[in-house]
Amino acid sequence: MPKYSFTLNGKTVQVDAPGDLSVLWALRDKLGVTGPKYGCGINVCKACTSHLNGKAFNPCVTDLRDVAGKDVTTIEGLAKGDQLHPVQEAWLEQDVAQCGFCQPGQIMAAVALLKRTSNPTDEDIDAIENVCRCGSYFRIREAIKAAAAKMATPVAGPAAGGPSVPDVAPGQLPATGPGVATAAAGAAALAAAAATRLLRDADETEA
Amino acid sequence: MTDVQGYDDTSGTDAAGTSRRRFLTYLMAAPTLAVAVQYGLLDGVADAVVPTQPQQAENFDLGDFLILAGKPTEDQLIVIEVDKAGKVHCALPREEVGQGITTAVAMLIAEEMDVPLANVTVTLAPGRPELMYNQLTGGSNTMRSVYAPTRTAAAATKARLLAAGAQRTGVPISRLQLRAGLVVGEGHSIPIGDLTQAAASPTLAMGAVEVKDPSAFTLVGRPQNRKDARAMVTGQLKYTNDLEPVPGLLRAMVRRPPTINGTVKAIVNEAAIKKMPGVRALAIIPTGVAVLADTFGQALDAKEALEVTWNAGTVDAEDNASILDTLKAVNAPLGPALGDAVEGEFDFAFVNHAPMETNTAIADIKATGGTVWAGMKSPIVAAQFIEDDLGLPRGSVTAVVTQGGGSFGRRLFFDGALEAARISKAVGKPVKLMWTRVDDMRHGRARAASHHLVRATLAGGDVVRFEHHVASVETDFRHGLGEIMTANGAAFGDPALIPISAGGAATFSQSVFGSTIKSPYNFGPTTQMLNEANLPMHTGSFRSVYSANTRGAEEIIVDEIAKALGKDPVAFRIEYAKDPRYAAVIKKCGELGAWGTKLPSGFAQGFGFHAEYKSCTACLVEIDARDPKKPRVTKAAIVGDYGLPINPRGLESQLLGGLTDAISTTLRAGLHIDKGLALEGSYSQFHFARQKDAPREVKIHIMPATTGEPGGAGELGLPSAVGAVANAYARATGTKPRRFPIIFPVDFTPFTKGTGSTRVQPR
Ligand code: FES
Ligand code: FES
Repeated sequence: MPKYSFTLNGKTVQVDAPGDLSVLWALRDKLGVTGPKYGCGINVCKACTSHLNGKAFNPCVTDLRDVAGKDVTTIEGLAKGDQLHPVQEAWLEQDVAQCGFCQPGQIMAAVALLKRTSNPTDEDIDAIENVCRCGSYFRIREAIKAAAAKMATPVAGPAAGGPSVPDVAPGQLPATGPGVATAAAGAAALAAAAATRLLRDADETEA
Repeated sequence: MTDVQGYDDTSGTDAAGTSRRRFLTYLMAAPTLAVAVQYGLLDGVADAVVPTQPQQAENFDLGDFLILAGKPTEDQLIVIEVDKAGKVHCALPREEVGQGITTAVAMLIAEEMDVPLANVTVTLAPGRPELMYNQLTGGSNTMRSVYAPTRTAAAATKARLLAAGAQRTGVPISRLQLRAGLVVGEGHSIPIGDLTQAAASPTLAMGAVEVKDPSAFTLVGRPQNRKDARAMVTGQLKYTNDLEPVPGLLRAMVRRPPTINGTVKAIVNEAAIKKMPGVRALAIIPTGVAVLADTFGQALDAKEALEVTWNAGTVDAEDNASILDTLKAVNAPLGPALGDAVEGEFDFAFVNHAPMETNTAIADIKATGGTVWAGMKSPIVAAQFIEDDLGLPRGSVTAVVTQGGGSFGRRLFFDGALEAARISKAVGKPVKLMWTRVDDMRHGRARAASHHLVRATLAGGDVVRFEHHVASVETDFRHGLGEIMTANGAAFGDPALIPISAGGAATFSQSVFGSTIKSPYNFGPTTQMLNEANLPMHTGSFRSVYSANTRGAEEIIVDEIAKALGKDPVAFRIEYAKDPRYAAVIKKCGELGAWGTKLPSGFAQGFGFHAEYKSCTACLVEIDARDPKKPRVTKAAIVGDYGLPINPRGLESQLLGGLTDAISTTLRAGLHIDKGLALEGSYSQFHFARQKDAPREVKIHIMPATTGEPGGAGELGLPSAVGAVANAYARATGTKPRRFPIIFPVDFTPFTKGTGSTRVQPR
């Protein structure tokens, strides 16, 4: 069986599987990373949405061999330890999730959108195809706008440029590697963390 | 309750010195304090919250029936535990699928016990056979049925902790209080975790158990975000497919027939399939051919590569048109019109529940019994059905209830768990089963198609008679509700209680129809009846059961009546509302959505109202239908009166969900049955709303408490929104919508029947 190696949430992983196994099942059934959900398997529902080299992709229709050597981020890799991404925070504040099953994909889609455009219009948000069968769309819209506002707030302070302090919850993969800033530990303000996040996002986009 | 250690039978004394309270406290065998109470014995509580006698049909609904059926076991329903760290836990014997019931129940417990909400954890109980008819999640009934038992158990737990505090400090109970998780008074401050052992003593001298007066609530009734949201947004919440409860779970998928209920004749290429990468086993089961592999990706590839010959299914000749003919044939015609009439004939297509999480279950079945894991709303019946199906003794199968990725009625059925159990038994291994989306849409369950004849008779500027004859493909209730009705039939068999259509004993469906469908308007003598066509298809209750179509159609006719009488639709509804609560909600919604706003051509507002389960909702939408083929609901205003709202934030979520369901099923989402199988196989074909179809502006208002107890919640938002969306479309386009969904072409290439899940390239 061939071995494929890629970066998953900041850590190098290896999978023994046929190259045409979809990344969704490599993640879920081989690596035990279950945040990306199956909702259709054919790139229609977007429940599996994750990031490949910083851009949204759909693991259900991506072959394992096609991510070899690349950088995959799933919902599990979005927060830095206990420090949630501003989009996740906005999701909590707007109480978006109902059953929650679509939400990892919704959040990863929203993060990708905010990377492309820091101040998305309603039309930009309309273009998100992720299905929410529970119908939480309006709250998703509000949360994206709230996250955009959070992330736009200019922040000064030590956190953004401060030393990297690993701040990783048990069971989570530590973020490592160049260009991956970690959230400041301890007294870091939320806003400072948002700035950190922006820095990280920018770096990822370049990667 | 299997692990009862002892119980207390105690008289309490209130501040005035009169002995007035008497209750049983069951203490559970545990290292923690675990309390259940027979709250029915609590003075002043039972009468206030549980209808002990069925009342007139108008007031006795399906939820009341379920509460009544649950009465014999209600003392065991809610068990509250307090551990040494002061954390409070309750394993709720209901299913969470996104309604937010675990948060709402935690709020009730925190409120009654005066502990911080963060210290209360509500999880899902496995199937508890001793609860008999009291572990079914449906009928918008969870908060209605657990409100009193939860509060009483929490109050009794608090009373025990206070008594233990009194014993420890020597301060009389009456001078102690529980505050933020501490027993305080006269300078003492003891964390409740320190008192659990003493509080669990059967010989503890107890004080009075009193539940709070709702006017004293500080948490219940205030908006609260979901407690499980953080787990969801970080990807940590575990749905069935995310669990590995036993090692060595093989991934199972089932190749299904080309028509509904078809069966396997033969596998043509078994040897070749078994050689495919990762494939471990094949098994023929009643529903198809199960393929077991190391990963779902490999199981899927093998399932698609299978060549199977099939026997016919049960509805191979049926399609939407033939089914509609059948419905028209079974529907009782309306009699001759007596005067001016406003009439309508309506058709609603089948609608798939389409929860985001497809049917998924884990099963580990051994020779003597085993365990199944799935999102199940009727786990007791599920386990018993599986035991019977596999020839296992009663009590040998445990049903572990997992949090579900949506339901909308779907998870009342346990067909995934049953199938997983059959496969596990067949291959002698633990298995994790997942249905593909295509199979979930084509072989899963659906809201039954229905046909409606509605007539309002007018005379002297008034509505003097209202008739509505519904014909529906039979809805399957054999998921526990039917069993409950059979066993508790007395209440339901009483025609005075539940009005049914002419002709003998009511079917389950007719009983459900009769106990859920009511007209909220004073339209004179009113007849609403259900006639059924028995087609062997996979149906099931969908959010709002009969009300979405039945009341949705009526709300369209209500607008047409108002027009015929020259009245404003909102003012007309207020004028004819049966209950001042209804009128208040309609009025409030009109204000919230600025009813009557002048809009450009092609745009229009629409209004709808619905009352059920002792709650009511009104919905006002604006639609952009400049292109009648591409309408978009642009704004919505919704108002809900839930009697006593527990968590307004959660109720808003449910209303938002109901609105989205209404937009979808009214405008574009339905199933085309074609030669015995739905053509639709994914969200690209079954047009459930996406962000581009959802309004950009939504205002929701939850009315302050209007009664002393919670009404139903989960299903309330859909029927009023169906009326609003259809009425807005009608006004914007100058049409009379009669067939739903309104825009319903086969605008896709269907997947090949019998296969259809092959991966395609990204668009
Ligand atoms: S599962 Fe990947 S898009 Fe639906
Ligand atoms: S929250 Fe349930 S599908 Fe989106």
